[in-house]
Amino acid sequence: MTAPVLELRNLSKTFQLPRKGGWFAGHIDHHAVRDVSLTLPRNTILGLVGESGSGKSTTGLMTMRLMEPTSGRILIDGADITALTPAELKPYRRQMQIVFQDSYSALDPMMTLARIVAEPLHIHGIGRAEEQTEQALAMLDRVGLHRSYGQRYPHELSGGQRQRVAIARALILRPQVLVADEPTSALDVSVKAQIINLLLDLQQEMGLSILFISHDLSVVRSLTDRVAVMFNGRIVETAATETIFSDARHPYTQGLLSAIPVLNPSDRRPRRFLTADEIERGIPRLPGAGPTPALHQVSPGHLVEAVAG
Amino acid sequence: MPLVDIQNLHVSFPQHEGLVQAVRGMSLTIEAGESVGIVGESGSGKSVTCMAALRLLRHPPSRITADRLSLDGVDMLTASRRDLARVRGKVASMVFQDPMSAFDPVFTIGHQIVETIRAHTDASLSAATDQAVALLDRVRIKTPLSILNSYPHQLSGGMLQRAMIAMALSCRPKILFADEPTTALDVTIQAQILALIKDLQAELGMGLVMVTHDLGVVAETVDRVVVMYGGRVMEEGPVQAIFDDPQHPYTRALLNSIPGRTPGKQRLTEIAGQSPNPANPPAGCPFHPRCTVALPDCATTAPATRQIGPGRTAACWGLT
Repeated sequence: MTAPVLELRNLSKTFQLPRKGGWFAGHIDHHAVRDVSLTLPRNTILGLVGESGSGKSTTGLMTMRLMEPTSGRILIDGADITALTPAELKPYRRQMQIVFQDSYSALDPMMTLARIVAEPLHIHGIGRAEEQTEQALAMLDRVGLHRSYGQRYPHELSGGQRQRVAIARALILRPQVLVADEPTSALDVSVKAQIINLLLDLQQEMGLSILFISHDLSVVRSLTDRVAVMFNGRIVETAATETIFSDARHPYTQGLLSAIPVLNPSDRRPRRFLTADEIERGIPRLPGAGPTPALHQVSPGHLVEAVAG
Repeated sequence: MPLVDIQNLHVSFPQHEGLVQAVRGMSLTIEAGESVGIVGESGSGKSVTCMAALRLLRHPPSRITADRLSLDGVDMLTASRRDLARVRGKVASMVFQDPMSAFDPVFTIGHQIVETIRAHTDASLSAATDQAVALLDRVRIKTPLSILNSYPHQLSGGMLQRAMIAMALSCRPKILFADEPTTALDVTIQAQILALIKDLQAELGMGLVMVTHDLGVVAETVDRVVVMYGGRVMEEGPVQAIFDDPQHPYTRALLNSIPGRTPGKQRLTEIAGQSPNPANPPAGCPFHPRCTVALPDCATTAPATRQIGPGRTAACWGLT
């Protein structure tokens, strides 16, 4: 079996936050990401799901080496990139690209779209200037923006169009891995559907693997092959996407699923909301699980955080 | 007399690129205690309609015309500042999408709620503070005193949105306009805030206008739906009927484009093209350039709103 295109091993990130009480009160450790292990097989889309503060975006940034992990390892195509210097990292940057939620702040307002999309080619010294521009225009065309858009600036575009530009810039290097951090969260329903379809098409065409970070389980259901659910910095459940929807075991996953708005008014129902403490106390107790909470396999490919019980 | 009576509302804004026509002939009546969802995408005119109804748009430069624009019998187009101040808060109040920018960052939450209460009533400082505590309690905030003494930046988005709802309820309005109140929130917090708004509406017998681009929010919270596109109403009807049997091609397309409706990784039925440019809207029906069943008439003449069933109207040439 070939190595997965992306692998995270026991990744953790601890931030030191100032303690209340002035300059000399010291700091407290905030564990944003704890011992996260993930594999992204080639040509698949993995959804990383959780709420604000669950650590999903921090995980995405560490994956890209845009933030240094406190411990753990990041492997791209089997190669460990955790400790590479910026110069050593550069060839790997061609293999991994990222798209952010806020396309407005992700695009340089002073640059034309053609320059924005061609910039990665320029940085990596691929082709001559005219070839770079030509490739950028072709890429814009591929993501659904006519070549004439090359001369425009980001402020002239709608949110959906700007996100298309961000995707074009990320994919012009033909990376193997795309980290997409909530790329559809700020978009209207019909535009959201367009961007989801674009990502699905591009994944197929380019044999791309995508780490799709989102709090929107509806989008995750249409787009991903597998899901990993994060809560309080840990992965609490991971399974094939439909298994998560039909057989969620962790109380946090179940809570997330029940919070999805209904698709028909006739399905309205009262909901119970669990507090973080109730979730922590509700960690499943399973025979065969260890004495401390850890991921435990309940069926092939379906892991859930559990303790012996 | 309906609580909200809007007939043939037009709102436009002069801009560099020309006159931006945000609302182009919108009519809506709401009875006391009713809950109505206004659904539409960015630029459909849904928020501007609410802002115009409460006269929250500076006018001029905005241009607002209507055959009728009244809240609880008060003509909002000719109302004096004093009348407007009375209507806002006591008849209708509004909750906005971004609670962080709706609160003043340099005053505590308590200060701002108390200030609102005292601007509308002759309550003493201590009576208004007691009321503020009761309001925060009402929006299910477990530690009202500590929230009162907090500044906006110290609270989470969900907590701030609760505080803003409390403030909006401070003068017991007859109707609450909620403009995308959960769009900036996580799914679980969204579910909690929607449940809260629904409960409060029932408890207080208050009317509700829920403005959203998310059909799921509508399916959760309201009795009647108004679907807007390009500054016009495309379709209106009881929420169950709209979901079970959408008649307007835009409503159908919107419902079909919702992700996650069916199991499995799959392409969605997208609506091709883009929303119309409000500075230069297409002739005829605003949806015709993206409509898969457009007729020749659709490109030339805007269809009139017609009755298509009990309590249901639509504006589409295909339905005649």
